[in-house]
Amino acid sequence: MDTIAGTKSSLTWAVHISVVLLVALWLFPTVGLLVSSFRTADQISGSGWWKALVPTEQSLTLRTAAPSEQVQEGALFVIEGNLYTQEGVAPAPISAWGTNARDVAAYRPGDTAEMRGGERMTVMENGDYRLEADVEMAGRRGERVFVTATTPPEFTLDNYRYLLFSNSSEGMGKAFFNTLTVTIPATIIPIVVAAFAAYALAWMDFPGRALLIAFVVGLLVVPLQLALIPLLKLHLNIGIGKGYLGVWLAHTGFGLPLAVYLLRNYMVGLPRDIIENARVDGATEFQIFTKIILPLSFPALASFAIFQFLWTWNDLLVAKVFLIDATGKTTVMTNQIVELLGTRGGNWEILATAAFVSIAVPLAVFFAMQRYLVRGLLAGSVK
Amino acid sequence: MHPALLGLLTIVIGVGACLAYFYFSNMLLDRVLFPARGPNAGRNINRANMVRPWLFLFPALFALTLYLAYPVIETLRLSFTSRAQGGAFVGFDNYSRMMAEPKFWEAMRNNMLWLVVVPAASTAFGLLAAQLTDRIKWGNIAKSLIFMPMAISFVGAAVIWKLVYDARPEGSEQIGVLNAVYVWLSGEGPVQWLTIPFWNNFFLMIVLIWIQTGFAMVILSAALRGIPEETVEAAIVDGANPFQIFFRIKVPQIMSTIMVVWTTITLVVLKVFDIVFAMTNGQWQTQVLANYMYDKLFRANDWGVGSASAIVIMVLVTPILVWNVRNARREMR
Repeated sequence: MDTIAGTKSSLTWAVHISVVLLVALWLFPTVGLLVSSFRTADQISGSGWWKALVPTEQSLTLRTAAPSEQVQEGALFVIEGNLYTQEGVAPAPISAWGTNARDVAAYRPGDTAEMRGGERMTVMENGDYRLEADVEMAGRRGERVFVTATTPPEFTLDNYRYLLFSNSSEGMGKAFFNTLTVTIPATIIPIVVAAFAAYALAWMDFPGRALLIAFVVGLLVVPLQLALIPLLKLHLNIGIGKGYLGVWLAHTGFGLPLAVYLLRNYMVGLPRDIIENARVDGATEFQIFTKIILPLSFPALASFAIFQFLWTWNDLLVAKVFLIDATGKTTVMTNQIVELLGTRGGNWEILATAAFVSIAVPLAVFFAMQRYLVRGLLAGSVK
Repeated sequence: MHPALLGLLTIVIGVGACLAYFYFSNMLLDRVLFPARGPNAGRNINRANMVRPWLFLFPALFALTLYLAYPVIETLRLSFTSRAQGGAFVGFDNYSRMMAEPKFWEAMRNNMLWLVVVPAASTAFGLLAAQLTDRIKWGNIAKSLIFMPMAISFVGAAVIWKLVYDARPEGSEQIGVLNAVYVWLSGEGPVQWLTIPFWNNFFLMIVLIWIQTGFAMVILSAALRGIPEETVEAAIVDGANPFQIFFRIKVPQIMSTIMVVWTTITLVVLKVFDIVFAMTNGQWQTQVLANYMYDKLFRANDWGVGSASAIVIMVLVTPILVWNVRNARREMR
């Protein structure tokens, strides 16, 4: 519309703002997970990830040492120490504290509070405290102290270290390699098989060709759910069982209709002259295919490769049915995440990191090869 | 052996075997069976050319038949048998047992809801995004960011959105953005979004809409580009406002593409399993057919009812199958 004089729309600004909003809305959830994967468990449960860059305030309930620790200094009975002795509580500078649950921020660091029993308590910023009393203190447990600590923004790679390199059963390292082992052949095999078939369907004459093309188009929509039981039974009967071979074959079968369809559509559009010239020059069909058709079809091959890669990498159902057996040795990343969702439902530092480990590769592929992906989509859907 | 090395070895064997088939079968045909020299060279070339298409097609046809065509028939057969009775034919028994289950009707109802909402919302958002990003300078960047969820697994997306829907106990700070906003705006306590019957379906659908909008946008934006400029210019000259141009001129011209996008997303919806499996596993009345089927097959170990529900999914896609094949045949002519 910009090209037409006098039509520079007053809506331009509205358009820009709406696009910004739309993009922000679409990015927001993913960014949240990414940010969370770099935070510690305490920080994640302490504040929303969108506050990751501002200092967080956390309220803690800590205790002084028990009265059995008290020492006599002249006329005074004194307990001294540091509040941060409790297991699992990271020391943080104290910004306010209190001795009563109803007013947890009554005092500043360094203030001295008079307590109900007549004791005097002083808490310093670093958690050091001094509790004085004129008479001997009684009781088994220490005094409760409510502190408000301000922790500066903090980012850590520990989550990634734990999930990628530790040897725990929750680790993603092994699952990562398993996923690769599934994905690479499950991407290459269907391409090879489909490329030969597409060439035959596009450029070779034989009876029943139109029927075969219709067959392929029909299979495009068959839901793979139908294939689960018959094929699992078949795999078990012929001895493949659950394993890599089975999952490759399954992914090959399920990816083929789209592959043959996309590649045939592309190859039909290649110039007839080249192929016929090569035939006249005495090239065999195999040579024509490998030396001429394959290089020329690179865009279509690449776009299908990306699809199939993303699909097999992200797959859960096929791996669950055809690959992962009772030992769980061959688990893939998607399955590992689902299991973590079950066992670690609230531990976002683990979940977020696991999810990001599995998302990273497809995202990298996506941003690097986006052009081919789009081209493939357009070739497949719009004429 | 190190898992990486083991993986590499398996990959080399798997891919190598596939390449070897094509290479050696062609060599066998050209050199041994019908060599293109000697007294029968001409006849041999013709014969080789008759055989070769099938050589090229064989692995693909074999895999397609075995992995997609045969299962349709076999699943249909299994849906009439009973595992408990050792595979005996039981007629429509599985179907009537399935229909008697409230969980099945819940899955059907939810699936219908998904089928109406997700394709419509994804296409609408996609169309909106395509139109908005069409004429602005940074449109391509915006497009790839909206398109990005396409690369994220359904399971990954489920984790991403579970964080959005997360709820902490009342009084503590909310770390799920939806509850943070809700508590701040309404002043009420946090809500466990995924456990509210009926409405939780929509919270699950949002995940798929979020993923599929990019797909719709890419295809529709190509279609919008393909609209001849003259029609738009003529409308401007006639004094149409931008909304009229969009709804009266552009949308009708790309209607066939909208249909394609719609049906493609419909197919995705019918197969959707991972999102429900990872987020609620069908609890709190969010069951869908694909997940119901998985439940029957691998938890209840009931292949009869499992197959019957798979056939229900097949029946639902059949109209699209017929439509696709008819379109393809029309193009071939």
